[in-house]
Parts: sequence; C-alpha cells; structure tokens
Amino acid sequence: MRDLSMHVLDIAQNSVKANAKNVSISFTVDENRWLTILFQDDGCGMAPDFLAKVTDPFTTTRTTRKVGLGIPLLKENAELTGGTITIISELGVGTTLKATFNLNHIDCPPMGKMCDTLLTLVVLNPETPEFVFEARSPGHEANFDTRIVREALGGLPLNAPELVDWMREGIDVEFKPILEV
Amino acid sequence: MKSIADLEAIRQKTLERVAYRKEADNDIRVVVGMATCGIAAGARPVMLAFLDEIKKRNLNNVTVSQTGCIGMCRLEPMIDVMVPGQEKVTYVNLNADMVPRIVTEHIVNGNPVIDYTIGAAENK
Repeated sequence: MRDLSMHVLDIAQNSVKANAKNVSISFTVDENRWLTILFQDDGCGMAPDFLAKVTDPFTTTRTTRKVGLGIPLLKENAELTGGTITIISELGVGTTLKATFNLNHIDCPPMGKMCDTLLTLVVLNPETPEFVFEARSPGHEANFDTRIVREALGGLPLNAPELVDWMREGIDVEFKPILEV
Repeated sequence: MKSIADLEAIRQKTLERVAYRKEADNDIRVVVGMATCGIAAGARPVMLAFLDEIKKRNLNNVTVSQTGCIGMCRLEPMIDVMVPGQEKVTYVNLNADMVPRIVTEHIVNGNPVIDYTIGAAENK
C-alpha cells in the first residue's frame, strides 16, 4: 500500500465483507502527531482461532487466492513507525481494529487522499452498511454520518450523481484540514 | 456535517432523473475490483474517474459497483463493463487517464477499447 488512505479503504472493505450494518471509522491526531485509526463494525466477527492468525499473510477467507495481505501490510506499516495494531473480535458481535502511526516517523507512509477513500466507501456501498466517520486533531473536529444523509434523502441510495458532489465537498471541507495536511 | 438543507433539492433532482430513465435492467454496469490487490494497484482513482466522466456526460443509465478479487491480481486495476445484450468486456492495468476513452468509445458509442482489454494485455 502506497499510503494510509489505501489501507483505510482496504481494511474497511473487510467490515463490508463481514456484512456489517454499521461501520465506524475514527481518526485522532494528537499534539505529538500520533495518528490513531479506530475501525468498529457489527459484522460477523472472527472466531478466536482465525483471529489468532489473521495477521499471517497466508490467512484469508477468499477462495480465489491463498494470501490475505490487508491486515499484515497494515501491521507492518504501523510497526515501522513504532505503532501497533490491536484487533478485538467476537463471532456474531463484530470487530474492532485499532492502528496507530507516528506521523513524524521517517518510515510513515504519506496520508494519501483520505477524503477520496471515505467518499469511495459510501459510493460503492450505497445501500448498506451505514458509515460514521469522525476525525479529531487539536483545534479541529469533523464528522460524517450516512444515516443522517439517508434520512434526509428519503431512502434514495447514496450513489446518485447529484449527491456524490455534495458528499465529496462536505467530506473535503471538514476532513482535509485534519487528514490531508 | 455540510448543510442538510441542500439534500432536499438533491432529492428532488434525483427523483426527477430516476423518473425519466428507463428500466434499471437496461443499465450499463461498470464493476471495479476493490480487493486489497485492486486498491493497492490504484483502483480508487479509476473508480472516481468513472464517476466524474459519468457525471460530466450526464449518463443516466450507468451504474458503478464493486467486486472483490477475481484471482488475477497482477492485472489490477481491473474493471468489467457490462452492456446488456453484449459480451462482458474486461479492462486491465488501468489508470485514471484511460477512463475517459473507455467512457466515450465503449459506454457512449458502443465500441470496446480493444487496446486496454485483457485479451490485448495477455497477447503482449
């Protein structure tokens, strides 16, 4: 993965594949430029034995190939900056994944177009799940909630072209000052 | 969040547009590979480029959706274009700059861009 925004898109896709109804992604940048990304979903969750080997690149649920690289690559990049990843999961309840990155570390990948990632998640999953995005840094706060948009739209799917521009603009204005500086 | 008041106008516009278009069964489908391999190879800008082109040309009958890994990771980013009544066309090794040509020549004018297809890539 060339940047953190690709990791976020990739990891969030795991929640989608786990049939989550609600996916929340929160970003916190502290005063020392440590970034914490927290993914929470209410998807199918993982059994303890699968969870134990999920950071192994030769673990995957896919049948088209024998490797699953999303989580191992995230782990490697987080650890290169002195950060960690932590996964808590329970079958039938959901999964929480926390990744920390030292943004000042020389080996930290660039942030990339995080706003494009958030927009892509919504547009490619226009019916379900619901997404809640939050971002915080000293002096800034941003949030985006597809449930609010969906309610205002009276149930229309969230990939209508008219809506995509509105969401892109809304996400960019709020999240760029925190995530793309 | 951005002003929710805008959404009412967007809702009206969308409802009008949906009312004008034909059956959804006749939609042209663009399916983007969005597994780890696709994302790492650059599927996101390709997908967003499709959205931009579709919006620019006001194409009402095209939907963009995603799929996982189909096992040919080395050819990512890949997309399938499915025009009802025609054979599926698979484009490979894409980048955002190649998208306008696919939209113009294939989706609008009905002529697949042979240079970008999986057949052309595998015969190189």
